[in-house]
Amino acid sequence: MIKKFAITALAALTFTASGAFAAGGDGKVIDYDFSFEGPFGTYDQAQLQRGLQVYTQVCSGCHGLQYVPIRSLSDESGPGYSDAQVRAYAAQNFQVYDEEIDDYRDAKPTDNFPVNEAVGAPDLSLMAKARAGFHGPYGTGINQLVKGMGGAEYIASLLTGYTGEQKEQAGTVLYENTAFPGGWISMAPPLYGDDVAYANPDVAPTLEQEAKDVAAFLMWTAEPKMMARKQAGFVGVVFLTILSVLLYLTNKRIWKPIKARQTR
Amino acid sequence: MAGIPHDHYEPKSRGEKWLHKRLPIVGLLYDTLMIPTPKNLNWMWIWGIVLTFCLALQIITGITLVMHYTPDADLAFASVEHIMRNVNGGWALRYLHQNGASLFFVAVYAHIFRGLYYGSYKTPREVTWIIGILIYLLMMGTAFMGYVLPWGQMSFWGATVITGLFGAIPFIGETIQTWLLGGPAVGNYTLTRFFSLHYLMPFLIAGLVIVHIWAFHTTGNNNPTGVEVRRGSKAEAEKDTVPFWPYYVIKDLFALALIMAVFFAIVGFMPNYLGHPDNYIEANPLATPAHIVPEWYFLPFYAILRAFTSEVWVVQIASFVTGGIIDAKFFGVLAMFGAIAVMALAPWLDTSSVRSGRYRPQFKWWFALLVVDFFALMWLGAMPAEEPYSSLSLIASAYWFAYFLVILPLLGVIEKPLPRPDTIEADFDAHKAKAGAGSSDGNVAPAE
Repeated sequence: MIKKFAITALAALTFTASGAFAAGGDGKVIDYDFSFEGPFGTYDQAQLQRGLQVYTQVCSGCHGLQYVPIRSLSDESGPGYSDAQVRAYAAQNFQVYDEEIDDYRDAKPTDNFPVNEAVGAPDLSLMAKARAGFHGPYGTGINQLVKGMGGAEYIASLLTGYTGEQKEQAGTVLYENTAFPGGWISMAPPLYGDDVAYANPDVAPTLEQEAKDVAAFLMWTAEPKMMARKQAGFVGVVFLTILSVLLYLTNKRIWKPIKARQTR
Repeated sequence: MAGIPHDHYEPKSRGEKWLHKRLPIVGLLYDTLMIPTPKNLNWMWIWGIVLTFCLALQIITGITLVMHYTPDADLAFASVEHIMRNVNGGWALRYLHQNGASLFFVAVYAHIFRGLYYGSYKTPREVTWIIGILIYLLMMGTAFMGYVLPWGQMSFWGATVITGLFGAIPFIGETIQTWLLGGPAVGNYTLTRFFSLHYLMPFLIAGLVIVHIWAFHTTGNNNPTGVEVRRGSKAEAEKDTVPFWPYYVIKDLFALALIMAVFFAIVGFMPNYLGHPDNYIEANPLATPAHIVPEWYFLPFYAILRAFTSEVWVVQIASFVTGGIIDAKFFGVLAMFGAIAVMALAPWLDTSSVRSGRYRPQFKWWFALLVVDFFALMWLGAMPAEEPYSSLSLIASAYWFAYFLVILPLLGVIEKPLPRPDTIEADFDAHKAKAGAGSSDGNVAPAE
């Protein structure tokens, strides 16, 4: 009875993911494979670098990354550029407003990526965590347990999900998209393939490749400490398991005389 | 402490005697730690330690998070991102605190249902039970206010919906709602007061926890048989009990370590699984999320809140009788708080003289159904308010009330309980004999 109860309680913790019902909708999200999935998944540094390139050359025209410090591009668990490269990147690509000189100047690594509110496009810093890719079945959240929350899958699916159809509604052009909840999105297709020239000639900048790369990059901007987190989790689980075994043996031994004493 | 006879602290050295005359604090700690505890407690008696640990974890991580958090509607969301990105180990503190709330509620629900099954609420432990319910209510308040602090979309809209409940109270509802929020709608003034109260309430909980422990140390622990410890003499009591230290301290620590291993796996590998993606979008009073869903631990009672719509006949009667003062919304609020109130009244609603569910053949099934009902409500609370979920919610809510208001009072009269062991010692020995037989079977197999 009680054992059953304990199991049910655990199951409730695991399966009643309320996240399953928020954000997103009935859009079709493709289960793309990413290197950072699963308990041991890590970011693919080359992919993050390619994703940064897509972001810089395409997305940053409309979308900001206001919570991301530019210096974090040199993180070992991130794109991993050298300090000099990051300094050059910041100065080349972004201008930030500096209160002290009351004017715009070239960005420095200590600045965050600038806010971009030019056309009302949402900030992308946390987008990969603010969307869930997988839902159900029946709101149990099991899909998310098996496949992950799926924010990066959602982004990649959205970028590759344009059907080419468009319509005008109340003066706004809407584009049909299979991943977007409701099916019509106001963002024009941002990627077509061959939008950027990758430094590595072995990786062809197809639409799907670019979409996956930028989705991976945005997963990193949303969760830059993921690798440290998984490592800490792993170490914690291992140590606590060893501690459990030791405490189990201690417990057995302590109780032994109590259990032996009663034989009548 | 009172009740079970046992050895008390005797100061030995001069220093100890000196202190003991002036402040018997060592004696208090000794008696608390060495309290005679029934020796047949099973694994459902570990949740108290887990809960105490959760409270400590939440207070320690919380105090550290406050050092970096900014309670201001314009800055709160960014300050959480600051913690996640720029503060050393900030992500760990925040994820521990966030998931620590879930662990806290897993443990409290297990603890409550343990009490319901083994009749821990029955005389003479009613006060322990009532204080426990108060702690649970404070926990709900604290968790709700804490969820508002990151100032994401679900924080904002959750606060709007939940404080709106108070607005449903007739005549004075709007005044209460404005008073809670500090203004006409959720805003900066709401955030600052929730922050202040979120910091205060854990310490109130800590105070009540001490009273909770004091109360059950006075009556002695319940145990799986519900049979009281013999108190005739110290020798007799010692046959039924073992001192809390080291027997239960080590057992509980073992359980805690195991639970912590699972907890660390969740924090390390899937810290956002129990959260809402919407809460990574900054609060926006102009954009309502598609589904506003509370955290999983509120879902059972949220389902009861929503179950009573204006189409339900009970609601229509209540509305007719009170001349419209009790409308569907207010009825739902009453039902939600009522669901916890009936639980608090369990000591007086349960008429059975037998404490433990183990010896109550019919009760067992009704209790199992209550557990199923609880999880059904949890699932239904997350579903959209449409058929068939509305009807199912109504059935599940009705069972919750029926269990406490009808089944518990009736069972005591009609049920024929099974024979109970005379003493805790007898139960302990019987279990040991069974386990012994089991392990000797186990020993035969590998001896090939």
